[in-house]
Amino acid sequence: MSYLPYAVAAWLCLVGLAGVATSKNLIHLAICLTVTQSSSYVLLLTVGYVKHGKAPIFKGVKLGTTAVDPVVQALTLTDVVVSVAVVALILALALDAHRLSGTVDPDRIADVSG
Amino acid sequence: MTRRLRIGVLAPALLGLAGLFAWAIAGLPAFGDYRGPYGYVLNRIVVPLRHSTNVVMGTTFDVRGIDTMAEEFILYASVLGVTLLLRDEASAGRVERRTRRLRSDAVRLLGVVMVGGGLLVGLWLVAFGYITPGGGFPGGVVLAGAILLLYLVGSHRDYHPFRNEHVLDPFEGIGAGGYVVTGLAALASGMPFLANLFGHGQTGTLASAGSIGILNGAAGLAVAVAMLLLFAEFLETYVVPLEPEDAGS
Repeated sequence: MSYLPYAVAAWLCLVGLAGVATSKNLIHLAICLTVTQSSSYVLLLTVGYVKHGKAPIFKGVKLGTTAVDPVVQALTLTDVVVSVAVVALILALALDAHRLSGTVDPDRIADVSG
Repeated sequence: MTRRLRIGVLAPALLGLAGLFAWAIAGLPAFGDYRGPYGYVLNRIVVPLRHSTNVVMGTTFDVRGIDTMAEEFILYASVLGVTLLLRDEASAGRVERRTRRLRSDAVRLLGVVMVGGGLLVGLWLVAFGYITPGGGFPGGVVLAGAILLLYLVGSHRDYHPFRNEHVLDPFEGIGAGGYVVTGLAALASGMPFLANLFGHGQTGTLASAGSIGILNGAAGLAVAVAMLLLFAEFLETYVVPLEPEDAGS
């Protein structure tokens, strides 16, 4: 049971990768990539969890109360921002691909030359 | 590569990766058995040293402030990339134009209330980001979300200013540039880049945490405007600039 969160992260990563590789639609592919990326959020937050720890926010909470690691939470924030940036670029590329080839199916785009 | 062949290659690879994951997980400390010193150290020192009761934001905008600057520029680069990729397309003739008018008064009313509520929540998340849960990044996204609701429930005309990049660009500049300028201001006053300027103020009030408040606000603005710019670029590609019926009404 105490390894479940790690297993969830591993599962999200694998499922996302499977989705990316078998995707028939570039927009679906972008969403699968966010699933893969979500595994890193789960992993980061899991690594920083302290048993019975509270959120690392000390407004109205006595200093020294057990709290989880704020570093990985800040890293998760960066992770989310990177995810948004990457998805936006992929969607823009998908729009471009659709304009040039008239399809968003990666297999059929590969057949279009030029 | 055929689909069948691809799945044939993929399946053993994923199984192998799963095996590696299982091996790695078996060697990790159990969930909740935290070993690193940094979390404990930061939770002890950030509040006394920086007077920011939200240690996550204290970490984001002070302890690793320079990383966060890079993070802001990742978002900036993404907006730039999307704009450059779609610019060509916007001028190359639009694909499908649809007129869309929302007729239900109930939805409009609910939407307007939610726009107001969303803006308030977003501003609160940004403003109190370094005191209570929140911060410039999540707050900025909520602000952008509230403004996007205006597009959903209002007319194109209501939303028009928020899709005009000439209106949005200066704000993006102030957000991203404000962060760097705050860092340079520390340099100019003889301290390291991004060192915390100003007094630390009264812990737990808006007047606390020194530069963290300014950096937090700058990030909030940059994030909110970056989201609006991204949306505006996608919108520009597929939707007409202004519908005649909206322009006239």
